[in-house]
Amino acid sequence: MWKILVVDDELIMRESLAAWLMEDGYTVDTAASGQEGVELAKKTEYTIYFVDLKMPGIDGIETMTQIHKLHPDAAVIIITAFATVDTAITAMKEGAQEYVVKPCSPQEISLIVERIIHLENLERENKILRKKLNDRYTFHDIISKNPKMHELFALVNDVASLKSTVLIQGESGTGKDLIAKAIHQSSDRSEQRYVAISCAALAETLLESELFGHERGAFTGAVNQSKGKFETADGGTLFLDEIGGISPKLQVDLLRVLQERSFYRVGGSKEVSVNVRVIAATNADLMTAVRDGSFREDLYYRLNVINIHIPPLRDRLEDIPLLVRHFIERISFELGKSVSGVTDGAIARLMNHQWPGNVRELENSIERAIVTCHDGVLTEESLSFLDGDQGEEEGAMIPGDMSLADLELRAIKATLGRTSGNVKEAASILGIDRSTLYDKLKRYNLRR
Amino acid sequence: METIAECIENIIGAPVHMLEDLDEPMEAFVEKRNQWDSSVILRALIDMAPPDALRVLGVTSRDLCVPVLTFVFGQAQLDGLVSIISTARLKPEFYGLSASPDLTLERACKESIHELGHTFGLVHCGDRSCAMSLSTHVGDVDIKKAEFCRGCRSFLRDRVTAALADESRPGREKQL
Ligand SMILES: Nc1ncnc2c1ncn2[C@@H]1O[C@H](COP(=O)(O)OP(=O)(O)O)[C@@H](O)[C@H]1O
Ligand SMILES: [Mg+2]
Ligand SMILES: [Zn+2]
Ligand SMILES: [Zn+2]
Repeated sequence: MWKILVVDDELIMRESLAAWLMEDGYTVDTAASGQEGVELAKKTEYTIYFVDLKMPGIDGIETMTQIHKLHPDAAVIIITAFATVDTAITAMKEGAQEYVVKPCSPQEISLIVERIIHLENLERENKILRKKLNDRYTFHDIISKNPKMHELFALVNDVASLKSTVLIQGESGTGKDLIAKAIHQSSDRSEQRYVAISCAALAETLLESELFGHERGAFTGAVNQSKGKFETADGGTLFLDEIGGISPKLQVDLLRVLQERSFYRVGGSKEVSVNVRVIAATNADLMTAVRDGSFREDLYYRLNVINIHIPPLRDRLEDIPLLVRHFIERISFELGKSVSGVTDGAIARLMNHQWPGNVRELENSIERAIVTCHDGVLTEESLSFLDGDQGEEEGAMIPGDMSLADLELRAIKATLGRTSGNVKEAASILGIDRSTLYDKLKRYNLRR
Repeated sequence: METIAECIENIIGAPVHMLEDLDEPMEAFVEKRNQWDSSVILRALIDMAPPDALRVLGVTSRDLCVPVLTFVFGQAQLDGLVSIISTARLKPEFYGLSASPDLTLERACKESIHELGHTFGLVHCGDRSCAMSLSTHVGDVDIKKAEFCRGCRSFLRDRVTAALADESRPGREKQL
């Protein structure tokens, strides 16, 4: 039902306009002053506002300005008994949709109202259409129209409520976190806790106590008993991210929990039983790690009961336009910048890029482009920073006198440059643990 | 007038009684526009409505307007008691054409059932051939028929039946 507000200090004016609009089937409210109109607009969002220009107290222009603050897209029609070119221009400049002089012809009013309602209808249809499109390509916030990804979504649905361990593999930034959350949300544990921990972020002993908790006095500083992630996640899901680099001792501990569904807190002697669904993720090739002996084979098979492999973004280029539109909408809203679209050239440029950092890199690039965008449209120029990677490829040509260490140093520097110094991101792009990267930074005397 | 009455009995389905001719109240005259304010006349019609009247329709040859609009063909109290139409702008003479009493009468019938439709709660209809479609120009009046579309008709039938059955004759307390 469309609602209209008529604001006019003259009773007969607002009543006669309201009566006439009601015969047209609209719900009409009236206000005798600008203040009263603004108060009503706070409670209800009207489709159209008719506002008289000359009123005691706040005038029509000011009333319109305040209504626009509340509802930026509101259609305001300024009505006045005194037609001058100046007031008309002011009204339109201040954002009035239309400007009419009373008494006005019935035809004029009916055309104006019809046009606005028609636009409003289109807008609504578009919103519904966009939502439908989005729904079709969206699975728990994961956007994709790639067939492999859709198979993967179906798999997630099928296995969500099983208790089996899931191993998610995929390059950094492909959406492993998102898939893990989607599994939890589609499962019968969705009301229970979802606990995530990145195994690369912590040193071995710290990680051990983070996972299993510790008893009072288990080590220096352990003044209180503490619960670990396995206990916190009891009944729910535990997401072990970046599992690839955990120490041999932790691999044994983990294997034990997965087999026995119970463990000891660090420094404890009482067995703790838990009911936890474990999801693990890695961007490393675990099979290779098994072959070279750095990852236990038995643990690998324990984790890999259900395997989900997320394809890299460069293998699903059709997702780029969808993702770009999604990120523009979200990020421009978050940043309060109005970006209405993206040129075909820019999309082509984005589809030509290799995306070693996958969707995360795409997301960061869109953010960067939006920040520097000035005319509301993302163009190839606003993405010119991507050209850097072509230069980098040239730079990757190795001069004859370069050592492996030099090359490594160069790779680290370039990657840190690309992630604006974000070590976690750089580590996952480089395919190494965060702690390993920290070691290297120290060794090469690099500062973040 | 007889033709209009007959048309109303046929289309609305309620008996019509004709009252003595009345003069428009002078307070309805808007001197600087040389027109008559239809809201003021409607108010006078409420005051003189016979107690047993279901609805009241005024027919005048005066040029009608409301404060916010340059003219109206007619006006009604939505879901109310009274309504009015003007033949002033329904006459071809008004547009410099030769007089045609038949055409004027046909248009008056359409506008009469339109305004009465409003008093029974009908609002404007998107069907251009339905009597409830909005006319802001005589051309619009000529496009529509002197009858309602199916949707409007069934809505109206229910409302008229209910109104005829209800002895209390509500709607009188409604203010304009
Ligand atoms: N298919 C997708 N649709 C929408 N956003 C995505 C998609 N894949 C990844 N993202 C976004 O990219 C970023 C990285 O995703 P994440 O799940 O953390 O990747 P990973 O864990 O594989 O490194 C996040 O901000 C995430 O929201
Ligand atoms: Mg991740
Ligand atoms: Zn009407
Ligand atoms: Zn109809």
